[in-house]
Amino acid sequence: MKRFSIFSLAANALSGHRKWAPTWRDASPRPGYDIIIVGGGGHGLATAYYLAKVHGITNVAVIEKGWIGGGNAGRNTTIIRSNYGLAGNGPFYEWSMKLWEGLEQELNYNAMVSQRGVLNLYHSDGQRDAYARRGNAMRMHGVDAELLDRDAVRRMAPFLDFEGARFPIQGGLLQRRGGTARHDAVVWGYARAASALGVDIIQNCEVTGFVTDNGGAITGVETSRGTIRAGKTGIAVAGNSSRVAAMAGLRLPIESHVLQAFVSEGLKPVIPGVITFGMGHFYISQSDKGGLVFGGDIDGYNSYAQRGNLPVVQDVCEGGMALMPMIGKARVLRSWGGIMDMTMDGSPIIDRSPVDGLWLNAGWCYGGFKATPASGWCFAHLLATETPHETATAYRLDRFATGDVIDEKGAGAQANLH
Amino acid sequence: MRIPCPFCGNRDTQEFVYRGDASPTRPDTDEAMHDYVYLRDNVAGPMREHWYHAQGCRNWIVVTRDTRTHEIISAEFPR
Repeated sequence: MKRFSIFSLAANALSGHRKWAPTWRDASPRPGYDIIIVGGGGHGLATAYYLAKVHGITNVAVIEKGWIGGGNAGRNTTIIRSNYGLAGNGPFYEWSMKLWEGLEQELNYNAMVSQRGVLNLYHSDGQRDAYARRGNAMRMHGVDAELLDRDAVRRMAPFLDFEGARFPIQGGLLQRRGGTARHDAVVWGYARAASALGVDIIQNCEVTGFVTDNGGAITGVETSRGTIRAGKTGIAVAGNSSRVAAMAGLRLPIESHVLQAFVSEGLKPVIPGVITFGMGHFYISQSDKGGLVFGGDIDGYNSYAQRGNLPVVQDVCEGGMALMPMIGKARVLRSWGGIMDMTMDGSPIIDRSPVDGLWLNAGWCYGGFKATPASGWCFAHLLATETPHETATAYRLDRFATGDVIDEKGAGAQANLH
Repeated sequence: MRIPCPFCGNRDTQEFVYRGDASPTRPDTDEAMHDYVYLRDNVAGPMREHWYHAQGCRNWIVVTRDTRTHEIISAEFPR
């Protein structure tokens, strides 16, 4: 792998940028691998990278039904943060944040990680108390958190509706280390680094079934490009986890739901970081290109359609107008939908499955992007050592049976409420 | 999406509350309770599901809808 640097940029500029090598190797399937990762999104590619880099396991393939990063890795709102309240989540997401902080040097790839801050607004005394509690939990886990009063929020974001709003802003919980990253670059950076370490990235290769031995253990995958044997098979196909797991006879505590997101036309810089509305579900940031990137609730019904319906568009835009009326004249350029693995407690699953040889990385609800580095790190750790990483011990598949659910919102076993 | 409510006729989905898959039935044994509460077939294709017409006739109805296309195939009262 040729390293990117100011010198490589200058050298390639002199030759008119015609001599750049492909970023990663587009491999064809070999007969077998030590480990196959199903799903070439951020999580799958990060898993392959850390398997090769941290654990020295390079006989690895990532197989992807379409093109890498073409699923939810390309359909999110690029927010990174670790502002969780529960012990099962906090250390994991903070580990992810630490990996984000070193990611570009690690991968030698510009992922445009920008720690511009994540501000959750509160609008009532009760919400302030809940945020203070969450902020305290974060600080006890070594995560940065600041509780801002109304004046401090006003200094950061004077354009918010402080006068006459139906739900007046009282303050906010700020994580300054949170922010955004360039979603495609994360995929390409992991793909490039994994490929350089010997990982095969195989696109247009859809899993159609699993190969099992006489004991029922999974020993490979049937794909649209032939049978591939594997010592271990890990699935990282959030959105479609139930469909892939069903090929192995598993039913998961997951429903697939559609989440929409939106981008406005490009504007001059107006929004300093990520801002979330506390009295409706609305969150917004501004991309480096200038577009306002925003979203809200999932549509609420099971869907694999990758597109949503208008009531949620209206609901999201109403939230935006209630929070910052100045965006009312900006035009929405694009909207899209992604399919979320909504679990029954709103938290993910990184665990061995009840079927020998099959390992699960699933259930990311609508928070998978920020988890990408730690998800890869912890899934690689699990696949390599067969023990969970210390920050991911709570993400067990059997927690729904044992009662050890990780329900940040306290919403109960109703997937569309998380 | 519009749902052809068997009582009210074709109505916007905003009037309805979604509950989910209509196929699980409450089991008699504690052992089967986990599957009933937590596990889902998560169907990709036509799925029978419960919707509540909260801002209409306030009936629970069973809608058959294709989760891949959002096409609504039928809506009927549960028996």
